[in-house]
Amino acid sequence: MEFFISLWETLPSELQYLIWTLIKIVVIVAPMMLAVAYFTYAERKIIGYMQVRIGPNRVGPKGWLQPIADALKLMFKEIVIPANANKLLFLIAPAIMLGPALAAWAVFPFDEELVLADINAGLLYILALTSIGVYGVIIAGWASNSKYAFLGAMRSAAQIVSYEIAMGFALVGVLVAAGSLNLGEIIKAQQGGLFSWFWLPLLPLFGVYVISGVAETNRAPFDVAEGESEIVAGFHVEYSGMTFAVFFLAEYANIILISALTAVMFMGGWLSPFQGWPVLGALFDWVPGFVWLVIKTGFFMFLFLWLRATFPRYRYDQIMRLGWKVFIPITIVWIVVVGLAVVYQVPWWFD
Amino acid sequence: MTLEKLIFYMLAAVIIAAAMMVVTRRNPVHSALFLILAFVACSGVWMLAEAEFLAIVLVLVYVGAVMVLFLFVLMMLDIDIAVLRAGFIKMLPLGVIMAIAMAAELILIVGPGNFGLEQYAAPVRHAADYSNTEEIGSVLYTVYMYPFEIAAVILLVAIIAAIGLTMRKRPDTKYIDPASQVLVKRGDRVRMVSMDAEKG
Repeated sequence: MEFFISLWETLPSELQYLIWTLIKIVVIVAPMMLAVAYFTYAERKIIGYMQVRIGPNRVGPKGWLQPIADALKLMFKEIVIPANANKLLFLIAPAIMLGPALAAWAVFPFDEELVLADINAGLLYILALTSIGVYGVIIAGWASNSKYAFLGAMRSAAQIVSYEIAMGFALVGVLVAAGSLNLGEIIKAQQGGLFSWFWLPLLPLFGVYVISGVAETNRAPFDVAEGESEIVAGFHVEYSGMTFAVFFLAEYANIILISALTAVMFMGGWLSPFQGWPVLGALFDWVPGFVWLVIKTGFFMFLFLWLRATFPRYRYDQIMRLGWKVFIPITIVWIVVVGLAVVYQVPWWFD
Repeated sequence: MTLEKLIFYMLAAVIIAAAMMVVTRRNPVHSALFLILAFVACSGVWMLAEAEFLAIVLVLVYVGAVMVLFLFVLMMLDIDIAVLRAGFIKMLPLGVIMAIAMAAELILIVGPGNFGLEQYAAPVRHAADYSNTEEIGSVLYTVYMYPFEIAAVILLVAIIAAIGLTMRKRPDTKYIDPASQVLVKRGDRVRMVSMDAEKG
């Protein structure tokens, strides 16, 4: 042990810093992967129960090992590369989609002090990274050298780009209300219990953000990317084995990210819902902030599954209409409202 | 060499290599993808220069939006490479003249004569709580208020003009007003009929 400590101290300080950061990244990413794996299990179980069936229950007790079995199966399957496909682009497309979904966690505040990179422009960083993910879709569709994949990619890329605008505008409202781009500061601006969180003063933006988040991740009822009644399986129709699995990892990692971001922007992140309340506030004071964050994130993740089990798929032109003609005007109007409220220090939230 | 310098030279190498690929690749989609790589690496350089707002907005606007639309157009167009490459020899002298003129201009403006520590002192290091975003915002909405607003209005006019030019009525679309779809009652679509059961 002492040998390792002395070895560690001989390293230059910059290398030490690099190694520490890498360790922290692993500490964030490894549980994320596990969460993604068990989110797929939760999805099958929850939708199963909503549809009055049991869901996976064969592998392991109550089917708990199902995600592991699925992962193993996908790893050992052959990766088929279509004829005349652009091999390099075909293989890096899934990585381009997964990378930003994981990198965005770098600025995410898990607790008051628990954040990998506490940068000033955290919100901008997240917006920029989530906007890169669409290249995974476009490149996958194009590199597959298949018309179905290409059409699917065009549809979902157009959808993602459209809803990104509404999502970005919703976040502009949040940053106007919080007066900061730093995610920790945004949470601190919401102090004071359930009714001080931004979901109430920014209710229209909250709704727009959650619905756009569903559309952004190509999930039901906006899952035209895999609308099986119209277009085979969308942009990933030519993918198999592990490359296909990485697309799904990216999709679920994005869902977790959007849920966590909703919790931070509109639901007070790691703040307790009873903060400052007469009796309940003191009663729940011992609960660590991280637990509140997980509960809130879990609720929004559940919402994604709930929506999928409940709603029929949107028609494509109506998806576009909703994004451009309904959501964007709502967000612009509400940004003006929030701006006025902040300038004139409207009581309860902005005074 | 510090880590920062190492990162800078790596990013610079990536930018130059990617920029070379943009002009030398035959497939326009590949060129566009290399341009994206150049943008991302550029944003890394700006980040090193402590211009984090510009760096992130470069990725957000150019990589996240502009290049996506570029790629859309490039992928949809059926570009015939042979036609593009025809007349290469004929156009070569003109191209060379243009290239030399451009290079000369570039060297005149961004050449060593106008840069270096003599012309520009090394920028001051800012503390970790220095917000580039706030600085830009406060200048943009005070000192440069009119140029900024006028640029915004010009862009708005351009958007409206582009939509106005390309908007056309298509009689063959089966567009239905969503409001009328929502307001549909069961009675509008289903007619209940009562029939006597037939005897088999």
